[in-house]
Amino acid sequence: MDVRVSGVRKEFDRFPALHDVSLEINSGELIALLGPSGSGKTTLLRLIAGLESPTEGKVFFGDEDASLKSVQERNVGFVFQHYALFRHMTVIDNVGFGLKVRPNSSRPSSEEIRRRSSELLDFVQLSGLEKRYPAQLSGGQRQRVALARAMAIEPRILLLDEPFGALDAKVRKELRRWLREIHDKTKHTTVFVTHDQDEALELADRVVVMSQGRIEQIGTPDEVYDKPNSPFVYSFIGESSKIDVRVENGELWLADRRLGLKSDLPDGDASLYFRPHDVALVSDSDACIMGTVVASRRVGATRRVELEIGGASERIEIGISADHPAKEMSGIAFRPQHWRVFPKS
Amino acid sequence: MISNLAKAGWRFKRPSVIPGFGLTLGFTLAYLALIVLIPLTGLVWRSASLGFTGFWQVASDPRTVNALKISFGTAFVAALINVVFGVIVAWVLVRYRFPGRRIIDAIVDLPFALPTAVAGIALTSLYAKNGWIGQLLQPLGIKVAFTPIGITIALIFVGLPFVVRTVQPVMEEIRKEVEEAAATLGANRFQTITRVLLPGLQPAILTGFALAFARAVGEYGSVIFIAGNLPYVSEIAPLLIVIRLEEFDYAGATAIAAIMLLLSFAMLFVINLIQAWSRRRYGYGT
Amino acid sequence: MALDLPQTESSAKVWHPATTESRAARYALIAITLAFLGLFLFMPLVSVFVEAFRKGPAEYFAALLEPDARAAIRLTLLVAATAVPLNLIFGVVAAWTIAKFEFKGKAFLTTLIDLPFSVSPVISGLVYVLLFSSHSVLGPWLKSHGIEVLFAVPGIVLATMFVTFPFVARELIPLMQHQGTTDEEAALSLGANGWQTFWHVTLPNIKWGLLYGVLLCNARAMGEFGAVSVVSGHIRGLTNTMPLHVEILYNEYNFVAAFAVASLLALLALVTLVLKTLLELKYGAELRAASGH
Repeated sequence: MDVRVSGVRKEFDRFPALHDVSLEINSGELIALLGPSGSGKTTLLRLIAGLESPTEGKVFFGDEDASLKSVQERNVGFVFQHYALFRHMTVIDNVGFGLKVRPNSSRPSSEEIRRRSSELLDFVQLSGLEKRYPAQLSGGQRQRVALARAMAIEPRILLLDEPFGALDAKVRKELRRWLREIHDKTKHTTVFVTHDQDEALELADRVVVMSQGRIEQIGTPDEVYDKPNSPFVYSFIGESSKIDVRVENGELWLADRRLGLKSDLPDGDASLYFRPHDVALVSDSDACIMGTVVASRRVGATRRVELEIGGASERIEIGISADHPAKEMSGIAFRPQHWRVFPKS
Repeated sequence: MISNLAKAGWRFKRPSVIPGFGLTLGFTLAYLALIVLIPLTGLVWRSASLGFTGFWQVASDPRTVNALKISFGTAFVAALINVVFGVIVAWVLVRYRFPGRRIIDAIVDLPFALPTAVAGIALTSLYAKNGWIGQLLQPLGIKVAFTPIGITIALIFVGLPFVVRTVQPVMEEIRKEVEEAAATLGANRFQTITRVLLPGLQPAILTGFALAFARAVGEYGSVIFIAGNLPYVSEIAPLLIVIRLEEFDYAGATAIAAIMLLLSFAMLFVINLIQAWSRRRYGYGT
Repeated sequence: MALDLPQTESSAKVWHPATTESRAARYALIAITLAFLGLFLFMPLVSVFVEAFRKGPAEYFAALLEPDARAAIRLTLLVAATAVPLNLIFGVVAAWTIAKFEFKGKAFLTTLIDLPFSVSPVISGLVYVLLFSSHSVLGPWLKSHGIEVLFAVPGIVLATMFVTFPFVARELIPLMQHQGTTDEEAALSLGANGWQTFWHVTLPNIKWGLLYGVLLCNARAMGEFGAVSVVSGHIRGLTNTMPLHVEILYNEYNFVAAFAVASLLALLALVTLVLKTLLELKYGAELRAASGH
């Protein structure tokens, strides 16, 4: 099911949580809403589910305007951060709940409900635990029950709020791969919220990067990593180094030195962003960035050096090969290979 | 005494740097024994000395049987009514914001604070046939004062806060997510409440019921004024104990008291079972 | 009544939040609550004062100033002033033992402390009658030494101590368990002795819980009826506490006087509720963090 969020604004007690957010989710896609806490990602997810209503704007399921539909009518599968399992019900009763509360006319028989619940438990690899209570399960098992329960109602879209947030690192990784497999099998349209960039980049078809109630960038993992379109995305996803520069006649300058990088920004102050590991060392040329090594440490296969550039105020990091004889106070000249310049904010 | 108990591998007390264990434990046990345990043991010893026949003679006396039936019957009905309304009151106090909520919340504890004799005469004056409420019920042919209905009303009064105060904190801890989960799965509000929220509160509700019931069974002060105390009709067991005492029939009083104690302890045991069971099964108690 | 609830119902089709009831249901539940509490709690309370002033303030004050009433008030204060401090000391000591140490049989000890709550007040009185009456083991010995317990003030104090026994301990045990022992261990490591640790570290931490327990203990001590009634012997001016005095006046059809004395007790209850609410408002988080009610 295609889902479209159009011009949505949401305020809580006059405090804006989302400003004019629009997003198209294609049928069968796995989408990550990625952002720091307070960025509005969970609010957006809850708006799609119908757990909140937008102050302005609309939510469409297919061509149908779902904005005024209650959460019950929207038929969405929602997995909560802390699973929200019904603790007085067994695992199988939790999974069958959505079918049992259907009105008489559309409710399957109780044998049918049991059969379908067992099938789903089988699917999420929990057969044999039907009679357990949630308190008797591990965190990862609870997460699977929550997913099975959400899928049991044959939802039009699956929404997952920080699905791995409450799990320890090892289980997280396992479940991440497993969720991808499930998605590839079922092709449910799925949106999940996360603050973990690795999770978003590894799992999602497309990543929606959010900050302060706005969407900063929508794109495939490659696009948001390789071509960040804002300083926020640059610094939030992956590592980045930033240098304050000046644009003059389409060229970047640092103090009185040309950097040999071009920009089509108008003249004025600007910020240069690049990935620390994505630099090329140059041997004494006048168009480059010159720095003095103030600290150096070994990180895995590479060496990370901290450079002082143009006076004590600016320090940046770059990655160089481990065998580079960088010593403190020695000079290094380099040029970023991929980079972007944004007007100084 | 402590060193006597300490054997290899079995420690009476986990080592601690905090001082005063021997002194405070000794004082606690001595005070507990003096005020509570020795007097209660006296009662048990006294009723044991009645022998089985003496005991049975009192226990099978129709007046005793009727008094026990009335005490336990009215207490049961009152506790049931308190469960229904106590859950509603707790829900309203936890979920809704309205002017006067704090006052309502505070007044729920009135039965804990108001002496039972005061409650007793106040209820009697309200339900007497010329009282504020009694005169409304009179034309309908409903008699409250001096009947088991009157007893039940007094017991509703004393038991209400037990249900509300047991259920309320558990209700406060219901995660909003659980209700939202039910809604996303298609449950309407009524289904969410009856199938998800209330069953989740079941251990708390049962405990509240048991506490209200246990309190009501032994209640004396608020009941004797409104009950009218007609033998076989509206005479409660605690009153019968007092009557036997006034007749200097200590054996009779002791036997009735022993039966009541036994039943009360059974109740206490049941409460503990409910909580242990609930904790084992659902991972939460009350 | 203006309800502070999310706005809903305005146009024909509106979105309804998933976690609230319809407005009609909300109003109905609030109405049921108000009606039920009004009928069972509010009206009895109000009627005490209405009945007390039925014949005007002169009769009211006359009933309170009459010698037997004054004797009853004095006795009630005396009983509370004896029983409450003793149970306070016990409560603090017992809570210290149970909350600060781990030992075998702790759960059982806690259950024993709660025991008086599940005993009918009449039985609480009866056990002392059996212990001290002339038919008992102790009775004749006491009599020969001229010590009166039953049908005298000591008996009343003992019965009151029995019924109010658990109040302070019950409030303090969960509170102190919740607070743990790290503060005390820190004080001891800094060189404080046991008593200094208790006085300067533990007591300030538990003072509000302590006050809360004392408040409830006192209300029950002054208002206890069943247990005291069994041991007092109802001697006017000598062994009648306020609740017993209320009973006697009521049974003599002296309703105004009965309700006048009752109104003092009702006032005590109201003061208790107000103080309790204030404590909960100010220190609610602390008290609630521990309470398992």
